[in-house]
Amino acid sequence: MSITFTLKSATFWDGTPVTADDVKWSFDRAVSVGGFPTSQMRAGGLEKPEQFEVVDARTFRVKLLRKSKLTLPDLAMPVPIVINSKLVKQHLIDNDPWGTEYLHRTPAGSGAFKVERWDPGSELIYIRNDAWKGGPLPGVRRVVIREVPSQATRRALIERGDVHLSFDIPSKDAEEMSKNQKVKVVSNSIDNTLYVLCPNLIFEPFKDKSVRQAIAWALPYDQIFAQAAYNRGVKMWGGTATAPSTIAWPQAFPYKYDPDKAKALLAQTAYRDGFEVPLSFDVGTADWGDPAALLIQEALGRIGIKCTIDRIPGANWRTVALVEKKLPLLIDNFGGWLNTPDYYFYWAYLKGSLFNASNYDNPEMADLVGKTLNMDESDPSYAPMIKRMIAIGFEDVPRIPLWQPTLNSAMVPRLQGYSFWFHRQVDARTYKLA
Amino acid sequence: MSGPARLGLILQRLAQAVPALIGIVVVTFLLTHALPGDPAIYFAGPAATPDTIAEIRHNLGLDRSLPVQFLVYVENLARGDFGQSISTGQSVGHELMTRLPASLELTLLALLVSTAIAVPLGILAATRPDSWIDHLCRFVVTAGVSLPTFFTGLALVYVFYYLLGWAPAPLGRLDVMYTPPDTVTGFYTIDALLAGDLETFASALAQLALPAATLALFTLAPLARMTRGSMLQVLGGEFVRTARAAGLRGRTVLFTYAFRNAVLPVITTLGMVFSFALGANVLVEKVFSWPGIGSFAISALVVPDYAAVQGFVLLMALLFVALNLAIDGLYLLIDPRVELNS
Repeated sequence: MSITFTLKSATFWDGTPVTADDVKWSFDRAVSVGGFPTSQMRAGGLEKPEQFEVVDARTFRVKLLRKSKLTLPDLAMPVPIVINSKLVKQHLIDNDPWGTEYLHRTPAGSGAFKVERWDPGSELIYIRNDAWKGGPLPGVRRVVIREVPSQATRRALIERGDVHLSFDIPSKDAEEMSKNQKVKVVSNSIDNTLYVLCPNLIFEPFKDKSVRQAIAWALPYDQIFAQAAYNRGVKMWGGTATAPSTIAWPQAFPYKYDPDKAKALLAQTAYRDGFEVPLSFDVGTADWGDPAALLIQEALGRIGIKCTIDRIPGANWRTVALVEKKLPLLIDNFGGWLNTPDYYFYWAYLKGSLFNASNYDNPEMADLVGKTLNMDESDPSYAPMIKRMIAIGFEDVPRIPLWQPTLNSAMVPRLQGYSFWFHRQVDARTYKLA
Repeated sequence: MSGPARLGLILQRLAQAVPALIGIVVVTFLLTHALPGDPAIYFAGPAATPDTIAEIRHNLGLDRSLPVQFLVYVENLARGDFGQSISTGQSVGHELMTRLPASLELTLLALLVSTAIAVPLGILAATRPDSWIDHLCRFVVTAGVSLPTFFTGLALVYVFYYLLGWAPAPLGRLDVMYTPPDTVTGFYTIDALLAGDLETFASALAQLALPAATLALFTLAPLARMTRGSMLQVLGGEFVRTARAAGLRGRTVLFTYAFRNAVLPVITTLGMVFSFALGANVLVEKVFSWPGIGSFAISALVVPDYAAVQGFVLLMALLFVALNLAIDGLYLLIDPRVELNS
């Protein structure tokens, strides 16, 4: 079983042709270099150099270890990029067979834009590659990306029209600037991403499913959506059916704000007198995390669960929340790059997965994820299994969705063709200034 | 005072700085490694597995014992290698050297402006107590101390950039239209002049104006206050009364006798303010997107990027030592009372 690719007659930025040898070297590198690239490649069933074969200079073949719907999308991740291997090989040094040192400072690709100048932490300038073969030539010749740390400054810049695009702005600024005629604000929901409240199952009261459900009934979703998301996003509550009718993901959970129901559920448990629990979030997400946490704290207080809010600095967040998984109650924002429900469940609902901050463990879920992860979506058994996974998510609520977020950007009205990639980075190839 | 004696004094001061520097190296190493957070986990990225995290920890040398890591660090330092910043992928020495001139240029200009205003203001206030100028001095001092720099910065941006459009966009050291001049000193204004490029010079100066004004407002307060206070004290001294009684001209009394004595604490304050402003103007850097060392250090702390934090602290310590030496040197020049034997 294999996929065969025929290369276009493309050239690298230095004018040398892109060959199948370059593709193989780059793919070998991605599966061998370790760290994030290697684990991302593995997600698509791309695990070892023997899978990649040079047929001739313009023909390249990927042998598949197993049939998986994730293999092709995984090749479109910003990981198996095709690198000018002849150039890099001239600059290899000991202990660095894949040229990571050299590639830190030297761009060596064939893409639509090449790097003209890079000052880490402040500026990145791209210039169009007029010999690009990958598609229609970009409309802009030069792209200057400036890092502007202060949101207030960013807002002044875009409102004055001194920059063309302010990418990924807080919902509050998006909402306020959408009333400004001189600025165009665009919000797109982010695929396969949810802002969720995670009750951690290592915390004794949260081992009880009814306590988790009580919390899901106790949250003032509308108010949180208005005050933390400024009504930008997709509502993930108030679903009518307790069992999902479609395999759409994410979809609304069958909970809404109902404090009486929450109290009634809690009264049936051993924790009817309430308990105390710290509620944590990443300071880096404070623009929405702070208001959301305050509203959750207030709402849970009404059913007798006393929360103390713990703002955790970004450096520490990933360690305590995702690796050690020791926070009893936390707000998380995981999104899956590959846009299938099984991929989301694989990362967020399986024991041992990095983003399963709730320490959720359910053998049936593990079985379903294992079966569906590589399965083709047209397989007749796919949809029933996905529905079952979502139904378990509804019932067990180890992750209580608050809303599906949007990516907001502000731009001058004459900027046309705005687009961004699934990994939340700008794609300037389609931009045009009218 | 003879030349060799002066040199000896400077060497002695330099030797005194060595234990302090050793202490700083040890303490920063221990403190950075006590920071919460794990660089390997950060660096491993979103889809990391325990294996990849362990691999990265090994590559960064973080799986070795602390004493071994410290020895490696000191060995590299001895070779002038500050290590690699994991957040930017560049060598820390390179990062600091490209960012230090940006911070220095901003801080020096701000101090120049604030000294030029604060010292005359302080002197005038001291010679005319409770006059309008004394009240003005008091107002400026209070305002400068009580307004946080990010507020002053944002207010200046709002008025002069957003409303009036006089100032250029707060986008760092140069307008997007210009390319930086060839590096000689690293100061864009001076390098542009050396290259004979007046347009770039004007742009660099225009970009400097608002952040420098923000920082100047902040540093004005301690300088004006110190000048006023120490002038008042000196003017009340007996030697000033004697000089006046001897019929010397008011100007001579004020500048030759009083100011020369009053200026010493002002210089000390200037040194303190300088080193403080250099590292602590992070908020100004953030508002004006200034690529200085303060914001570099803060983002390094968040990762936590050990090599970058250590490099930053060490650099600041070296600057501090150099600055103290310079101030001692100034004392020798100005103050007749400083004896070599003391």
